[in-house]
Amino acid sequence: MLPFVSTVPANVAWALVALFAVLVAASMIVFVLVRARPAKDYRELVLRVRSWWVMIIIFTVAIVLSPVTSLVFFGFVSFLALKEFLSMVPTRRADRRVLLFAYLAIPLQYVWIGQEWYGMFIIFVPVYMFLLLPALMVIQGDTTGFLKAAGTLHWGLMTCVFAVGHAAYLLVLDGEDPADGAGLLLFLVFLTQANDVAQYVWGKMLGRNKAAPSVSPNKTVEGYLGGFLTTGALALAIAPFLTPMDWKHALVAGLIIGFAGFMGDVTISAIKRDIGVKDTGSLLPGHGGILDRIDSLTFTAPLFFHYVYFFYY
Amino acid sequence: MGRLLRWMFFALAVRPLVLIAVGLNVRHRERLPAEGPAILVANHNSHLDTLALMSLFPLSLLPKLRPVAAADYFLSSRPFAWFALTIIGILPIERQGKGGDRDPLAGCSAALDDGAILILYPEGSRGEPEVLSGFKKGIARLAERHPEVPITPVFLHGMGKVLPRGDWLPVPFFCDVFIGEQMAPAADRTAFMAALETSIQDLAAEGRFPAWE
Repeated sequence: MLPFVSTVPANVAWALVALFAVLVAASMIVFVLVRARPAKDYRELVLRVRSWWVMIIIFTVAIVLSPVTSLVFFGFVSFLALKEFLSMVPTRRADRRVLLFAYLAIPLQYVWIGQEWYGMFIIFVPVYMFLLLPALMVIQGDTTGFLKAAGTLHWGLMTCVFAVGHAAYLLVLDGEDPADGAGLLLFLVFLTQANDVAQYVWGKMLGRNKAAPSVSPNKTVEGYLGGFLTTGALALAIAPFLTPMDWKHALVAGLIIGFAGFMGDVTISAIKRDIGVKDTGSLLPGHGGILDRIDSLTFTAPLFFHYVYFFYY
Repeated sequence: MGRLLRWMFFALAVRPLVLIAVGLNVRHRERLPAEGPAILVANHNSHLDTLALMSLFPLSLLPKLRPVAAADYFLSSRPFAWFALTIIGILPIERQGKGGDRDPLAGCSAALDDGAILILYPEGSRGEPEVLSGFKKGIARLAERHPEVPITPVFLHGMGKVLPRGDWLPVPFFCDVFIGEQMAPAADRTAFMAALETSIQDLAAEGRFPAWE
């Protein structure tokens, strides 16, 4: 059983302090930019940074309080993401109640995590929900668009619940030092988001050649490579403080996050393009929806998790 | 006592349901009236429409909020009537032809004179989920009688997916609430109705909604 209240390991506390220092620096840069060039429109950037404050404060509170609040936090993120996904994609009227079962998978999946029941955590969505939802849809009896509806629903559960759940499972990994979990989670989330920002900044500075013109016209090869290398370097610098990884493993972990983050980002972009929307929602002013923010995480979380799990647990 | 129960119902049940379990995507919130008297006019697909519109206002305005609702449906049984009148705070109205010679809009007029914010669905019924049906003209007559009262059109989408007519189990979807510009005075009722329908259809065109079949 997880403790309801726990103390935060010193390395994690210092990492959070550093995170807030980065945020303060970003806010000051934006403040100076807005003052220095009043002619330019920085509204989206200002909103973006403001949303970062809200997200990081909520994330910090959830992580600092206890593992239970952290799991509740990730469960809520999964819920918001799945709701956003199901509100964005076409759904069938006949499947309305089946969707409720898809939502019910969220609390169950996080209960498995809380129980540290790895076997169930790893098969619940890909096996049991994968079979249960189409079975329920068959009972409804509507076969028009069946395959598309079943595939869409499973894709939503796999990304929003199964993949995001991997980030939360880092918290309960039992290694030599039980305090490692929060450090690994912070490492993953910080590098994933830093990779997004680094790709954006490198793309703005050096971007010439489009990386995926048909999917996401703003993505450039230069931005991607800049982000990839920056994330690798950051991983080397941060890993000794937050994780049990040696420098070789840390470098590879950073590069995995850099590559997977890019792929997660363009995959959600492909879905948005397919449907014909610009943002997945409007929950986070300046960013769009919650899926716009965690798109990279849906790829980095499972890949990073299984990488660490293979070598250290 | 009734007032306290109503406040508690909205603060502890309706708002968590509407704002967290369901979730609203509100556009042009600044166009909402800040005080009564005022009239909100919206398309109607679900009982959730009313709860969503009422959640847009601060709780301090709750006593002013009066959804105009069909007497024949909401007052059909005593417990349901108590809930509709005391907790939701509906303003019952006789649907066409059921009130005899009495003025069906008298209650609305009196409430507006008291500074109420009325919520009105000119479709007159929830109808088919996520389909807009024709508007009834009562709203134009009300506008004529109260030229000083601002009328704000609102387009709602998604509530019919969350809680369609004939179902009791809500399924979470993000819902859209697009608030329009205040209606300008019109030459006559027909012109007013045309302007109102155009306004709501223009609001609908602001969004892009996935298929739901």
